Order: sequence, then C-alpha cells, then structure tokens
Amino acid sequence: MSELTLMKGNEALAEAAIRAGCKCFFGYPITPQTEISAYLSKRMPKVGGVFLQAESEIAAINMVYGCAGSGIRCMTSSSSPGISLKTEGISYIAGADLPCVVINVQRGGPGLGGIQPSQSDYWQVTHALGHGDFHALVFAPSTVQEMADTVTMAFDLADKYRMPAVILADGLLGQMMEPVAFDENAEIKMSDASNKPWAATGHKNKREHNIINSLYLQATELEEKVRARFERYEQVKATETRSESYKCEDAEIVVAAYGSVARLAKSAVELARKEGIKAGVFRPITLWPFPEKEINEACSNAKKVLTVEMSMGQMVDDVKLALNCSKPVEFFGRTGGVIPSPAEILNKIKEMIGGDK
Amino acid sequence: MPEFKRPHSLCDVPLHYCPGCTHGIVHRLVAEVIDEMGIEGDTIGVCPVGCSVMAYDYFNCDMLEASHGRSPAVATGVKRANPDKFVFTYQGDGDLAAIGTAETVHAATRGENITVIFINNTTYGMTGGQMAPTTLPGQITQTTPYGRNTDVEGFPVKMCEMLSQLDGVALAERVTVIDPKSVMNAKKAIRKGFEFQKNKQGFSIIEVLSTCPTNWGKTPIEALQRVRDELIPYYPLGVFKEGAIR
Amino acid sequence: MQKMKVDFDRCKGCGLCTTACPKKIVVIQQDKLNKKGYYTAVCIDDEKCIGCAFCAMMCPDCAITIEGGEKK
Repeated sequence: MSELTLMKGNEALAEAAIRAGCKCFFGYPITPQTEISAYLSKRMPKVGGVFLQAESEIAAINMVYGCAGSGIRCMTSSSSPGISLKTEGISYIAGADLPCVVINVQRGGPGLGGIQPSQSDYWQVTHALGHGDFHALVFAPSTVQEMADTVTMAFDLADKYRMPAVILADGLLGQMMEPVAFDENAEIKMSDASNKPWAATGHKNKREHNIINSLYLQATELEEKVRARFERYEQVKATETRSESYKCEDAEIVVAAYGSVARLAKSAVELARKEGIKAGVFRPITLWPFPEKEINEACSNAKKVLTVEMSMGQMVDDVKLALNCSKPVEFFGRTGGVIPSPAEILNKIKEMIGGDK
Repeated sequence: MPEFKRPHSLCDVPLHYCPGCTHGIVHRLVAEVIDEMGIEGDTIGVCPVGCSVMAYDYFNCDMLEASHGRSPAVATGVKRANPDKFVFTYQGDGDLAAIGTAETVHAATRGENITVIFINNTTYGMTGGQMAPTTLPGQITQTTPYGRNTDVEGFPVKMCEMLSQLDGVALAERVTVIDPKSVMNAKKAIRKGFEFQKNKQGFSIIEVLSTCPTNWGKTPIEALQRVRDELIPYYPLGVFKEGAIR
Repeated sequence: MQKMKVDFDRCKGCGLCTTACPKKIVVIQQDKLNKKGYYTAVCIDDEKCIGCAFCAMMCPDCAITIEGGEKK
C-alpha cells in the first residue's frame, strides 16, 4: 500500500534517501537544493540518522568519504558551483572504491551563474567529475516520483559496484510539487557496515587492518587498480542502463531529452502529433552509462534526431556518439536558466521535418 | 625495569622517513597509547597528504587516507557514523594549517570528538622543503630562498594558540620530542587527547614540534638543537587549553 | 642487567639515541654498513647499560629494544 503525498522534488528525494537507509547526510546551503538539507535536518534526528551542516562543500564531500569509508550509506547534495568544489572529493571516493550518493540540483553557469534551472553540468557529471580515470553512475529523474525512486536505485547500485552515484536533477525538478507515493508499511532501517567487509570500522582484533586509500605509487599497481575498475564499468554498461521510449515506435523524428526537459519534449511531441507529425521522445534515465543500445532501438524508424537541453548542447555529443552517424542529429537548447517551451521545441521539429520534405 | 619493544599498533615494517625524522617517534607514541588503552580494534585513523601519507601502512588499526587538508572532515564523517569508535588524524603543518585550515578550525569549533596529532616541522617535507604556514620569519626554504620575509609572506600560524580560543576544544597542547623527557611528556599529552575522546569531551589537538633534518640541511642531532634554539622560543610548549567541553 | 639491542637493518644511523644515553655508551659504529647503507647504533658496554630505554624512546625507527633483566 502506498500513501500519496504532495511534495517538492527536493523533499521527496530527501525522504527517499532516509527510506533507502541513508544514515548520514552532510550538506552545505546553496540554491536551489537547500530544501534537501532543511528536510533532513528535521527528519534525521527522529530516525536515528545524522544530519550535519558542513563548513563547505569540500568538507561535506570529505565527510562523505569518511562515512562511506566506514561502510555507512551517506549522501551530500549541492547545486552546480558546489559540485565543482566537491569534484576533488568525488575523485578520491572513486579512487578508493567507495559507494555514496551525490545530488546535483543544477542551476545556470559558469561561475556563480544564476539560480534558475539548467542542464549545463552534463559534461562535468558524465565526463569530468574530478581528476583521473573514473566514472560515476549518473541518474536523471524527470518527475518528483522519480526523484524519490532513483535515490533508492542510486544507493543500491553504488553499493553493488562500489562507486559514487550522482543524481543529476535541476532547479525545476527540485522545486516543483507533485504527488509522490511511498510505501507506508516500509520499515525505516538505517544502514550499517555488516555487508561491507572492506570498510574501516575498527577491526576488533578479528582481522587485518582495512585501509581506505587511493594512493598507489607503483605505476603498474595503479594501472592494475584502474583497469579492474574499468572492468567493473563494463559490467555496469552492460546491465545497468535505464531509459524510456515514448511514442518512438513509428516516430520519424525522435527528440532526445533528459530530466525536466523530457517532460517539455513530451508536450511538444503531443503538439506535433496533433499536426500529423510522427514524433517521439527518447529519455535516458542513466546518463552514465548512456543507454546506447536503447537509443538506437528507439531511433530505428527515425529520419532525424533532435536533442533538446537546457544548455548550449552537451548530451548531444553522447547522442551523436551512440548513433554513430547513422542519423542526422540536431540540437535545440536554451541556457542560462531559461526553460525551453513546448512551442519552441515544436517549431524546431517542424523546421527539421520541413527541411526534409 | 620494563622491557621496551615495538607496540602492536605500530606495524612491523620499516618506516620510509629520512634518518632522524621525528615522525617515527610520534608514530610510536600514538601506537603506544592505543596499545595501553587497549583500543586498537576500536580505533580508526585518518592520515594526510605529506610525508606521513603512507601512515596507513604503519598503524595497525583501520585507516583512511584523506585528501590534502581534509582529514578533520574525513574523521568527522567516520566519527559521526561511529560515535563509539576512537578516531584520530595525523597531519603535518601544510596539511593542517594551510590547505586544511577551514576543516581544522570547524572540526575544532564543533567540538568534534576526535584527536588530532599535528606535526609542526616548519616546512613541506614531502615536496622538498617549501615554505609552510609555520615557517619561521627569516627561515630559508626552497620557496623563500632569501628567508621568509614577513612583509611578503606574512607570519607563521600558531595553531594551538588560535584553536584554544574555540569553545569546542577540550585540549590544545604543544609538545616536542627532542629528548627522553619531552618524549614522555608528548606521550602523556597524546594519552590525554584520547582520554578526552573516550569520555566524549570534545576536540583535542596535540601539536608536536618536529624536525626535518633533510630539508633543514642539518644533521639529525643539529635538527634537535634547532627545535630548542629557534622553534620553542617562537612556539612555546605547554597546555593552551584543557578541560571537558561537555 | 638490561640489554639494549639494535635491529641492524632497521637502524638509519641518525644518532638520536646517542644524545639520549645517560651513560654515553651508545655510539654510531663506523665498521659495518647495513643493507640500506647506514652505519648503525651500538651499545659499547652492556655492563654499564641501566636499561633506562632513553635510546629507544628517541629512536624514530623503532629499531631499539630493551631486553628484560633485573635492575642493576
């Protein structure tokens, strides 16, 4: 049985984290994600968890490193400029094979940018989330319900593959209110380190000491570590991609969009269909690994592909790589915090179809 | 007289430190305290970036290697998740008093129930002897080849004095390890820090005036003398704050 | 009689122990290099050793042990 509650995306995500057994949250205020901290500061003490406001984004991610290193499910959240500060710590987390969840409720950039919704951190999160050879799992929810659901998935997969997971939301999703269902009978159980034999928990004189570390001074040893990690990534790519295809079966034009923009793309596709244009939406839910096979399937009947983002065009690179020149790929985007309207997207669709006829 | 041997909490491996570097003495003291309190199995250490970066291979308890300066934040994460474990950091002066000043100050002011071992040798040892936040006025280093000019590079940071002003601090004590008496005293201070932690009484920092013979360009014995002649007059030994905060 | 023992290959010959010995019987020998290439510390007169362990306290490499025995 499920209760249906009207919640902000940020709050739904926070509640879901608790239900996923996230015992510790380390945050730092930044718009537009602050509701996550505010919500958890209220809830955590009531459920035996830890809420701590850190002195900086850098401190917060390093608290996550320590907490995750001791085998406990933990999370931090921020928005774009704050994520830049966290990248050092995320790199160390990846280098030490620690599971954790990082939330990025994106806002406009670069620099201080703005506080309106944006998707301009795609490149950073999927390709350059810190120095060194590594990946993080990246999830892109598109509804408030998904804000909740992906957190659970993120914790589970982060634990399974011992790697950081990022939820890439945006200010629109974080701030919007929608009904969200939680299992009302579910017991809230804080995580412990019982199934993490590698964790630094104190060895109780029962085993050798555990070391959480990312330093390997011998080049060959470091290479071996990185290669082993990339073998794990191959497994992730093969089994953990998630995506949604919406009316793509007969679509001559497929709009590729993620997160809140995918909703606008669906509206645009509905408008297009009313005008007799066979359009569909392909929505990656995992941005890393990118659903390459799935996008090719979704676009099998398409003549053209349009990528729509709240950026100057970042995911479009992955779309092109995945389609490998099999289809022409065009881009439409608004940036700086401007949200593209379904009408604008429709115009771009019509322009592309018109050009084809 | 009792026997004297390697404490169990110090792994039986050669240390990589330069001859005469006092890191090894401080490592042993921390390990002796852990042994004497019988807490090796309940202790989690956090090591820094710098010469003691590989301290995780030297302490027999569970260890985490932090990024440069972030040990107090990492230790906070460990401690908040495991409030009943003993958590200590082992940090140098560049790590603790330059790049990690914010983490140090805030862990201290939160009264984070951890013990910080702070090695002050007035230089960045690992990278080859550059100016540290603790480098003395006039001291020649690789990046102050004409001596630290306070008009240009400012003044050294006195961490114990600074931190003793914070309500969250239970113990701020500066010690050294230049002779047997000071070594015994340093051990007492480290023990005190762990005892404060045991009783959940707040943040403790033990600053150890240490040597870096290699980068000071001195023999190990001359380096001990420099601590007496130059460091102690600038960084007086003693207790700057002591008392449970809770 | 206590006995000061130096782990020959762990000793780096830094000499800190020599500054601590109240009996001045710990010296750096100049005859034999260890495998790291250091001349090492030795006790030159076991009879005079009082087992105070000051040398061991000053050793940065934990290379000195004091073996048990009755106090002299």
